[in-house]
Amino acid sequence: MEWETVIGLEVHVQLATRSKIFSGASTAFGAAPNSQACAVDLGLPGVLPVLNEAAVAMAVQFGLAIHAEIPEISVFDRKNYFYPDLPKGYQTSQMHHPIVGAGEVEIGLDDGSTKRIRVHHAHLEEDAGKSLHEDFHGMTGVDLNRAGTPLLEIVSEPDMRSAKEAAAYLKAIHSIVTYLGISDGNMAEGSMRCDVNVSMRPIGQAEFGTRAEIKNVNSFRFVERAIAFEMERQVELLEDGGTVVQETRLFDPDRDETRSMRTKEQANDYRYFPCPDLLPVVLDQAYVDHLRAALPELPADKRARFQGELGLSAYDAGVLSASREMAEYFEAVKEVCGDAKQAANWVQGELSGALNRKGLAIVDSPVSARQLGELIQRVMDETISGKAAKEVFQALWNGQGESADAIIEAKGLKQVTDSGAIEAMIDQVISDSPAQVAQYRDAEPDKRGKMIGYFVGQVMKASRGTANPQQVNQLLKEKLDALC
Amino acid sequence: MALEHTDVLRAAHLARLGLNDDEARHYLEDLGRILSMVDDLQALDTRGVAPLAHPLDATQRLRADEVTETDRREQFQRCAPAVENGLYLVPRVVE
Repeated sequence: MEWETVIGLEVHVQLATRSKIFSGASTAFGAAPNSQACAVDLGLPGVLPVLNEAAVAMAVQFGLAIHAEIPEISVFDRKNYFYPDLPKGYQTSQMHHPIVGAGEVEIGLDDGSTKRIRVHHAHLEEDAGKSLHEDFHGMTGVDLNRAGTPLLEIVSEPDMRSAKEAAAYLKAIHSIVTYLGISDGNMAEGSMRCDVNVSMRPIGQAEFGTRAEIKNVNSFRFVERAIAFEMERQVELLEDGGTVVQETRLFDPDRDETRSMRTKEQANDYRYFPCPDLLPVVLDQAYVDHLRAALPELPADKRARFQGELGLSAYDAGVLSASREMAEYFEAVKEVCGDAKQAANWVQGELSGALNRKGLAIVDSPVSARQLGELIQRVMDETISGKAAKEVFQALWNGQGESADAIIEAKGLKQVTDSGAIEAMIDQVISDSPAQVAQYRDAEPDKRGKMIGYFVGQVMKASRGTANPQQVNQLLKEKLDALC
Repeated sequence: MALEHTDVLRAAHLARLGLNDDEARHYLEDLGRILSMVDDLQALDTRGVAPLAHPLDATQRLRADEVTETDRREQFQRCAPAVENGLYLVPRVVE
């Protein structure tokens, strides 16, 4: 039987506020345990939450970026369960009236096409603390610094049909939140976490199969691997006549598999009810419009502009718009050199290659956008040859000069276009190579084109790469043919 | 909606309340009366009435995103039964 995979994602994004969602405690990463857990975060008696305006603004910005409805009223609910890293005994979340309604995210696929993935809603909630199970004489240690950190949970519709689409969706969300600057998107530090719902159905069947929820999927790579494993597990089960059980599974990246989590007794009865400590949040139109006006150009729009206006290929447009830093670097190079295609080729080729070899991010590039742009200018105005340009790039990378011009000058790489100088070099090469000249003369005229390569090489060598290759070719052909 | 004895025990368990049978019977009766009042309310025609999320006719006041709290860990941990290396210690929980 042919199977189709149906995937939905719940992505938790940690919002980049300075203070917590309901208290004035700091959200800075890496502080000493419990040094950033205040009375509100600890759930001490008599405390009251007060909502952080920046968390609201960031959630709304995200909503606007995915063209979602922003309801006028949203409400906080209590999700009740007991766990030591949740001192209040409930998580303040949003169940029935989330801050962001239905929207959609455009993802880029490998073949250059795009697909729209619907977002069901996104809601604000607080994070829990962290439990440490090792080394406390059989006790569990609890660090509540993370408790109360604002999270935006983005719930997709089951619109993805492959592991690749799911990874592309996660990358699209990552791009949007980092473009907006509402999260640092650092998956290694847990700023973005994701639960994956996977089910299988025979192709052509309208109803969804029973799904399993995979937790602990914390990198783009793991999303693909976890889904690939889960697809195989479920298909095997179904083809053997079994059924998929609706359950929560944990992804184990070390073993590359998902495992059933012991189902908690009476799990999923969270007894949600409106939080009496928080009033409904009312967003007036002027506030939403103000946030809308301040939105930066978003990745999907940038990609479309790079392709449409700048004439880049779908692939180049996708890669160059994937992160805000990359897009900004590329656009700065383009500004300086004045040619989008050349800028794209250099950023994607020479620069990305060098960055990848050193494992550097674009923001750490030793070659600035201005330096690269000026180098490209010198190639375009034929001051230097393409070959010399690579040498100049390497010198800029190694910090051997302040600018392309300074390096060209210091290394004497300026292309020779003076035909008198080139002719002199050609005459020298011809008189130094009587055997090759004789061969050339004896060859059939249609074979001579290939044989000219030897002479071009010699002239270029004599000029140390500075002679203009087109000119060399042209003049050589004239001089050699005159000898025949 | 008729409440069963097992519903009361289940609710008590979720709230981590230890009830004996007598107490459970007592709460079954109390809760039953509350629910029958809710049934009365549900019989009302509420078409055209906006749902109420909070009894006060007020909206949420927002706070500026500023760090206003200082580290008061020592003070807070004085009332904790067990602490170590800055962590609160609790009976071992493993999922």
